[in-house]
Amino acid sequence: MASDDVWILGITMTKFGKHPTKDVIDLAAEATMGALADAGVTMREMGLLAFGSLMGRASGQMLQKQVGQTGIPVYNVSNACATGATALRVCHMAIRAGDADFGLAVGVEKLAGAGLLAGGSRGGDSENWTPTGRFGAVGPIDGRIGTETMPGVFAQIGLEYGHKYGGTSFELFAKISEKNHAHSTLNPLAAYSKRFSLEQIMNDVMIAYPNTRPMCSANCDGAAAAVLVSDAKLKTLSLEQQRRAVKISASVLTTDPWEEACQVLPNVNTLTRQAATQAYEKAGIGPEDLDLVELHDCFATAELVHYDNLKLCEEGGAVDFFNSGATWRDGKTPVNVSGGLESKGHPIAATGIANVWEVATHLRGEAGDRQLPNARVGLAHVIGLGNACGVHILERAAA
Amino acid sequence: MSQSIPFVEYLALGDSPHLVANECTACGARFFDRRNACANCFATGFRKVDIATEGEVRAFTIVSLAAPGIPVPFVSATVDCAGTSVRANLINVDPTPEAVHVGMKVRLALQPVGADGSGVEAVNFGFEPQR
Repeated sequence: MASDDVWILGITMTKFGKHPTKDVIDLAAEATMGALADAGVTMREMGLLAFGSLMGRASGQMLQKQVGQTGIPVYNVSNACATGATALRVCHMAIRAGDADFGLAVGVEKLAGAGLLAGGSRGGDSENWTPTGRFGAVGPIDGRIGTETMPGVFAQIGLEYGHKYGGTSFELFAKISEKNHAHSTLNPLAAYSKRFSLEQIMNDVMIAYPNTRPMCSANCDGAAAAVLVSDAKLKTLSLEQQRRAVKISASVLTTDPWEEACQVLPNVNTLTRQAATQAYEKAGIGPEDLDLVELHDCFATAELVHYDNLKLCEEGGAVDFFNSGATWRDGKTPVNVSGGLESKGHPIAATGIANVWEVATHLRGEAGDRQLPNARVGLAHVIGLGNACGVHILERAAA
Repeated sequence: MSQSIPFVEYLALGDSPHLVANECTACGARFFDRRNACANCFATGFRKVDIATEGEVRAFTIVSLAAPGIPVPFVSATVDCAGTSVRANLINVDPTPEAVHVGMKVRLALQPVGADGSGVEAVNFGFEPQR
């Protein structure tokens, strides 16, 4: 008897980093064909394509023209840094709805050398002060009324946590970055796989206190793709395909509910807590059951608050939780064993599929040198500022 | 005396400069932008309310990398003004982690932005340490 479960049949990510000779479609095609080969199926079986590329002018139709035009619906999705997770979610919903047996989710970005993505440029002042826009501002407000840069916004989010619960410091945030860079040395697909000492991290170029350069996610090129399949269809496939399939025990997408201050400083906490709560409930799995977590460490200051938001620790206990060593790869709840966005890199629309790939690869026992022993259950989390949060809980096939 | 204009419409200049929010008459949620409806309760009635000019820094960062044309470093902060959060720069303070800390008491202060082609001076707000 088939259930309404949805499975990952095939998944892949390209090497993250600099790909000067490839365009976004080359990267998307490489990930797509890799995921199809990994799944043991072709474009012919796909019932839909959900595609995301936030900064490029690419579409799923452009990808189809290179890898296979079969007439299936394409959903071009855009949800900030949660774009990849949204593409997965769209396939998940379509399969759950009975609209398709197979779905293909693809995320791709070319960002190597991009610099600041938000707040990277600012318009000039006009000749005559004229109130415009929703604030009736007479000129651009970035830098005049706070910052719009992501390193600055997430720096405030980290310090706000410290203000509420205590225990944070520049050094603490730098230690989180030290962990992720140390993890990255085992990941051949990471954009950067160099270990940094705490001193190197703290003495590097300051971007937005307390985030120095190595504490910020790395702009880079990359793509990731996944083939999803219904439970009924999976049961008709080979035993090898069934063995390597990874169960999506929860696929959740949320936005931030209104709360005082949320339109002043983005609140990444409420929607992550809600997504985590829903995901644990749907999966029937608790945070204590997780063998690994890939969470959205767009900045070192962000990783800390998500320990709490994903309920990996008690409320207010993220600093003690980190200091206990729990989130190192030999700890109780390894977090970002891929190296995280700070070293693996953050090609925005690819990130929400690439972190699922990392978890799935451990659950399949195929993670090579960085394999976590006996990994059975994992969680992948992304935040797109604006805000959107995607949480996926994955489980190894029972057999 | 040259003419002046607030940098944003929610800044009221005059003898006692202060910020003005749109407050939802149904649920009390406050917003600084032009509204279509309340994000909390969806009601459409708003009244103008004056925001306290003294507050406490709830979060900050010292921005060292910003768009060309923005003087760095500067301090960006979220200030809790008697229960209403405000985004602003901290001004009249050294932009260093030694001089700025969460929990510090601050007050609204004005800062000229410059004059336009017809000599109208735009005046912005920030928050400075209470002394």
